[in-house]
Order: sequence, then C-alpha cells, then structure tokens
Amino acid sequence: MRLPAWLSQHLAALRALLVLTALLGLAYPLAMLAVGQLPGLRDHADGSLIQAGGKTVGSRIVGQAFTTDKGVPLVQYFQSRPSAAGAGYDPTATSASNLGPESVVDTLPDPQVKDDQGKQSLLTQVCARSKAVGELEGVDGSRPYCTPGGVGAVLAVFHRDGLTGPVTRVVSLNEACPATPFVTSYARARVECAKPGEDYSRGLVTPIRGDAPAQSAVPADAVTASGSGLDPQISPAYARLQAARIAKARGISVAGVTRLAGDHTTGRALGFLGEPAVDVLGLNLDLDRRYPVRP
Amino acid sequence: MSTATAGLLFAGSLVVALGLAYRPAGDYMYRVLTSARHWRAERLVYRAVGVNPDGEQSWGVYARSVLAFSGVSVLFLYLFQRIQHHLWLSLGFPGVKPDQAWNTAISFVTNTNWQSYSGESTMGHLVQMAGLAVQNFASAAVGIAVAVALVRGFARKRTDQLGNFWVDLVRICVRILLPVAVVGAVVFIAAGMAQNLSAGTDVHTLAGAAQHITGGPVASQEIIKEFGTNGGGFYNANSAHPFENPTAWTNWLEIFLLLLISVSLPRTFGRIVGDNRQGYAILAVMAILAIGSIAAVNGLQLAHGGTVPQAVGSATEGTETRFGVPQSATFAAATTLTSTGAVDSFHDSYSPLSGAVLLGNMMLGEVAPGGTGSGLYGMLILAVVTVFVAGLMVGRTPEYLGKKIGAREMKFAALYFLTTPTVALVGTAAAFATGNNSTALNTGPHGLSEVLYAFTSAANNNGSAFAGITVNTVWWDTALGIAMGLGRLLPIIFVLGLAGSLARQKPVPASAGTLKTYQPLFVGMVVGVTVILVALTFLPALALGPLAEGLS
Repeated sequence: MRLPAWLSQHLAALRALLVLTALLGLAYPLAMLAVGQLPGLRDHADGSLIQAGGKTVGSRIVGQAFTTDKGVPLVQYFQSRPSAAGAGYDPTATSASNLGPESVVDTLPDPQVKDDQGKQSLLTQVCARSKAVGELEGVDGSRPYCTPGGVGAVLAVFHRDGLTGPVTRVVSLNEACPATPFVTSYARARVECAKPGEDYSRGLVTPIRGDAPAQSAVPADAVTASGSGLDPQISPAYARLQAARIAKARGISVAGVTRLAGDHTTGRALGFLGEPAVDVLGLNLDLDRRYPVRP
Repeated sequence: MSTATAGLLFAGSLVVALGLAYRPAGDYMYRVLTSARHWRAERLVYRAVGVNPDGEQSWGVYARSVLAFSGVSVLFLYLFQRIQHHLWLSLGFPGVKPDQAWNTAISFVTNTNWQSYSGESTMGHLVQMAGLAVQNFASAAVGIAVAVALVRGFARKRTDQLGNFWVDLVRICVRILLPVAVVGAVVFIAAGMAQNLSAGTDVHTLAGAAQHITGGPVASQEIIKEFGTNGGGFYNANSAHPFENPTAWTNWLEIFLLLLISVSLPRTFGRIVGDNRQGYAILAVMAILAIGSIAAVNGLQLAHGGTVPQAVGSATEGTETRFGVPQSATFAAATTLTSTGAVDSFHDSYSPLSGAVLLGNMMLGEVAPGGTGSGLYGMLILAVVTVFVAGLMVGRTPEYLGKKIGAREMKFAALYFLTTPTVALVGTAAAFATGNNSTALNTGPHGLSEVLYAFTSAANNNGSAFAGITVNTVWWDTALGIAMGLGRLLPIIFVLGLAGSLARQKPVPASAGTLKTYQPLFVGMVVGVTVILVALTFLPALALGPLAEGLS
C-alpha cells in the first residue's frame, strides 16, 4: 500500500525526530554523564559540593546567605550580596529582581490591611540596604537619591497646568504619613508626606539627588542583587569593608582577616577576563577552621 | 587594569578570535553541506527515516519537509511535557500545564527558547535532555538548512532542485553541532558546570539553614544552548547561574560559541556562490552593526544612566560579580544580536538607553549576525532589498549574484521583511487592548518596554526578556506562542519561495553597469537600508518606551 504524500512526509518527520532524540537526547547526554564521572571531572559534575565537619555545607560555586532565619546578618561571617532568588539564595527559585532603572516609587503598605508589606521600588531597596550595611560596618551609608531614613528620595510635583505652570503641591512619595519628609519645601511649596492608597499619578515623579557623594562608602555590589540570586562572590571592596567587623567578632587582627580574604580572592583570568572577586563561602569556612568563634 | 580596559580587551579578543575562525569554520561547513559522500552512520539514519539521500527537493517539497518536521516536533514536545510525571527523572514535578507546554514546545522548535517556565521548578531532567535539548540541535540545524537552500538558489541555474532537507538536517546535526557539543561539554564540566542526574542535594549552610543544591545534565545542554543560538537556560537564571556559567572565561567562551556559526556562515555562502568577496561583504555588514552595538551597550552601561544606577554608582543590579558590568554588557549585546536570548545579566535592570539598544538589536531582525542560518538568510533578504533600492535609483533592473530581482522575488523579500515587525507590533497592541499588559512588573514607559520587548523577542525568535513581566498566563503563553510560530515559519516559507524562484533563472552575465556587491559602497548601502527600515518601522514604539524613559 502506498501512503499519500502528505502522510509519508509526516512519517519521515516523526522517524527523523525519534532518531535524533535517541542520538542527541539520550546517547549524547548520557555519554557526557559517563565522561563527567572520570577522576578530575567528577567533583565538578556532581555540583562542586563541599564538606565541613562531616556534613555537606554547600556548593563551592553557589552562594549562600550568612544571616539568621530572620535575615539578620551573623556578625562573625562575611556577608553575601542581596539576593532575589526566593527568600534569598534559594537554588530552586533562581532569579534577578528584574526591577528597572526607573523603579523609584514604592507602593506603601496599607494600614487598613493586616500585614500588608506594600512593594518597595528598586531605589528604596538600594537605599535601605545601603543604610543597613553602613550601620553594620560603621560607615556612612548615604547615597545619591536616598533619604537619610533609607528610602528613595522621590517627590511628586504637581503643576497648575499639568506639566507646566507654578507648583501647587509636592508629596514625598516614599515616605508614608506621619513621617516628616526629607525636605521641608520644594519650589516654594511645602512637601507633604504620602498617604497610602492616594492617587499621586498626576504629579511629576522627580527624584532628588541630594548632596551625598557619587560613590558611597558602601560598595555597589553590597546594595544590588545579582543576576542569578546565587552569586557566590563579592567585590574585594565589600570584603575590605567587612574585615574590621569580623576581626572584632572573632577577636583577631584586621590584618589577619584581610590576609585570609586575599587568599580567597581571584583576579582576572589572563589579566582581563572578568572582575576580581572574593569567594564568600570558602572564606567563611576558612575563618571557622582557623579562628573558631567561642560559643 | 581598569574595568573599562578589561571590558575593551574582552570584546576585542572576541572580535579577533571570531575573525580567525571565520575561514576554517566557514570552509568546514561548506564541505559538510556540499559533499557528495554520506557517512555510513548517516546512511543508517536515512534508512531509518525512510528517505533517499540522493534525491533532491524542489522549494515546495523542501518547505513542506521543514513544516512537517517542525509540526511533528511541536506535537512531540507538547505531549512529552504533558506526561512528564509518568516518566523517568521527573523529579516529582507534575505534567506541564497545557498553555505553558504549548508555549515551550513552539518556543524550542522555533529556536526562540523563550521561557515562561522556571527550569528548576517545572521540568524534569528527561524532558530537558531528551525533549528540549534535542530541539536545541534540531532548530539550529533547520535554520542553517534553510539558509543553505537559499544560497543554492543563488548559486544554481535553471533548476528547481534546492537540495534535500533530511540530508541537510542530519549532516548539520551529526557533523557540525554534535562534535562541538561533545568537546564543549567536557570543557564546560572541567570549568565547573554540573552534569548529573541527581534530584538535588540538601545541604546545611554555615548559618544553619537548609539549601537545596539542584542537579541536572547542565553541561551537555549548555554547550548546544549557546552554539545553536538557542538560549533556553537549564535554570531560570540562565547563564547568570553559577552552574551554567561558572567563570569569567566560560562567559567569554559562551559568547564566542553563540556567535561562531552565524559569523562564519557568510564564508560558506561565498564558497557556494563561488566568490569569497561576496561573503566578506556580508560579514562586513554584520560586523559594522554588531561592533557598533556592542560598543554602545558597553558605553551606556559604564555611564550607568538612570536614577537607580546613579544612586548605586554603577549598573550592577542583575549582574554577577565574576563577570562585572562591561563583560555582561558584551554578552547582552551578543545574545540579542544573534537570536540566542541567553542572558548572563538581567536586561530589565539595564540603564534605559542600553535597554533601547538591546531592543534595537532584535528589531534589526536578528541579522547581525543573527541566529544560526536565520541570520544569513535575513541578511541576504536585506541585500536583495538593497539592490532593489539601488536599482530604482539608477533605473536599472536590479540583480544580485547574477540573478534578476524581479516582481516575484521582491514580493517574497517584502513579505519576509514585513512579517516580524507586524507580529511584534500587533502583538504589543493586542496586549494593551486586552489589558494583558497589566502583568508587567514595572509601570509607565518601562511597562511598555517590557511588553514590546516580549513580543519583539518572540517574533524575532530571540527569547531574551525584560523578565519583570509575568508571562505565565493563558493569554501570554498562547499569544507569544503564536508570535513565535508566525515569526519563524512564515519567513522560512518566503525564503524558500525566493530560493525556488532564483534557482529557476538563467544567470545574467555581469556587465559594466552591474552593481558590484562586494565593494564597500554596497556594504554601506546594506547597513543604511537595514538601519533605515528598522527605524521607520519601530521608532514610534521605541519613542513611547525606552526613549521616553531614558530622556525624561
């Protein structure tokens, strides 16, 4: 029996797909699996797992959080970057924040709704982290476009004729009443605090630069989330900032901590590939091994 | 060394390496695609498939073979995902829901690899390696096959034979993609990528919390994800994930691999049409657009415009420490210039004008250098449009490579060019008209950018995203699935139609009045036509989105 042309074509397509699936979808990856079990490759293929004290404590190349379950930093450990993966460093929910460069207006929590957290803009997240890290490390955490209270310094400016004309009203969008706004007046109008739920969309969103230096004492990677949410590394600048706190918590010299951090710092491969970075888990494990914290 | 200098060397070394690879890689692909000899293993495959490897196909049969293969692949992949919970290595995940399974199936078959799912919490290992990864090979091979059929249309005369799709498909998989995948996977494992079938390992972190380290055959999938310009990550975080891109040098290698085939195919084209200068001209067009774009994204990211990057003092949001800002920017430009769509940093958080350049890269129609094969055929269509425009200017019947560009040829070229912008813009409008834009994470101009980026990415089969938008809804899964299907298959039909029409012609001998399509003048004209066509098509939409955001 001869099949009609349209059917035989689809039959050929199905056979081709099955052959390719057997070859490329089973034989190839399984062969690579076998190669991955060769000595020298096996550790990597299995996920670069790392043991300490007889327990598996993580993967050498996957970051983890060094905080209490409430998110409070453990002072004896170097801290990782902020993470948007699940509740933080969750490999089953890898993610970046995906908030845009002009994500500057918070959704304020509604006091009428129990446990409403609102939604922080990326700017407020950055400001809040900068303030918290500054306080933890004892440096000035102020940044451009941030209020001293650690939220985005953003005003809604209402003009008489929409975009033009004299200013009729100014609201500090990220400071919920009864907060005192970070500036008292703008363009000769008094600045109000924001009432949750009120519609300010007719005002012009105006971030206020403030007089903080362009480069804060708190490094950029300390206040921004990574792409994967699993970044295992921090910048050498962020490691330097943390060294004094760790030295104090473990009762050792700052120089000793800095030296150890240097041992866990990788430079650019071939001099130009990537950025210098400090492996946080490896460093913290080394700290525990050499300078255990007395309970 | 400053970060900017390192970034410059990073991009520069990529350009040099690709330049060195152009001839050997292009020549190798030429030999594979024109050899009359079949390997014994290939003969076995042809027997299993039930085709005669020495029989050639007309454009209609070639197109029907492509469509049949794509159709069967979509159906197979859809069913595979739906029943994964009954299969080995499902990791306990349920079957993928219907709209998402449809979206994912069409996404991988069309070389888009748009992902409305999150790999680590949706797909079992078997679906990943025997379903999705197979299409990483096959969809790349389909693109190259169609491109070669078009090139044969230029090179052949007075025939309706364009080659044999099944032979092209099998050879590209077996002789080009698989050898690189085998070597590359081993290199990637050595670099630190995972390659196991583990359901994951529960560990206890130093802080006393539980962490679930995921497993999976990552390395074998990662290599073909880049080399086939697919871009569908094993995990949600894609090439930002330490298991998918553990070091700064794997970052370099991934960019090199995702550019390699598309950059070298013009050489193959030059060899087949018997004039290497034509290949260099096409390469020059691609290089001018690509290097310009890479420089722009690097510069704009280092300048870190926008309120949040200014507050931070650097555009580090969504980037990994080991790559840094400029080298992430180079990846972002390369992935949007090709139809890859893999990401090692998250474009949604890029400074507004960088985001506009990335969108613009895709709007070019994925031609500089574009996806595997699709970049070359897209660029050849633009060359055809250019000789037509040039012909109009001097009042001569346009011709390209000795073939007349008449009414029939121009209809195919114009239809090709109109398809993806239509799909992208109509889709964006439909999202707003139906209120489905409300799933965007951001509001205002950035919200429009997210929707526009999604449809542009789908229609051009790129697959990267301004990932803040939630697309895992029935409407989005369905609409983007349709956009991907139309954006891939309609252009392929037009390309093959054009190829058939060209192959039938008798070449006209070159004369003093023939436009020399290998000279810098022509290269400049193609660049101009490309940029102007894209600007005319998309400027209104760009002005409302990223430009409004960046200039306000």
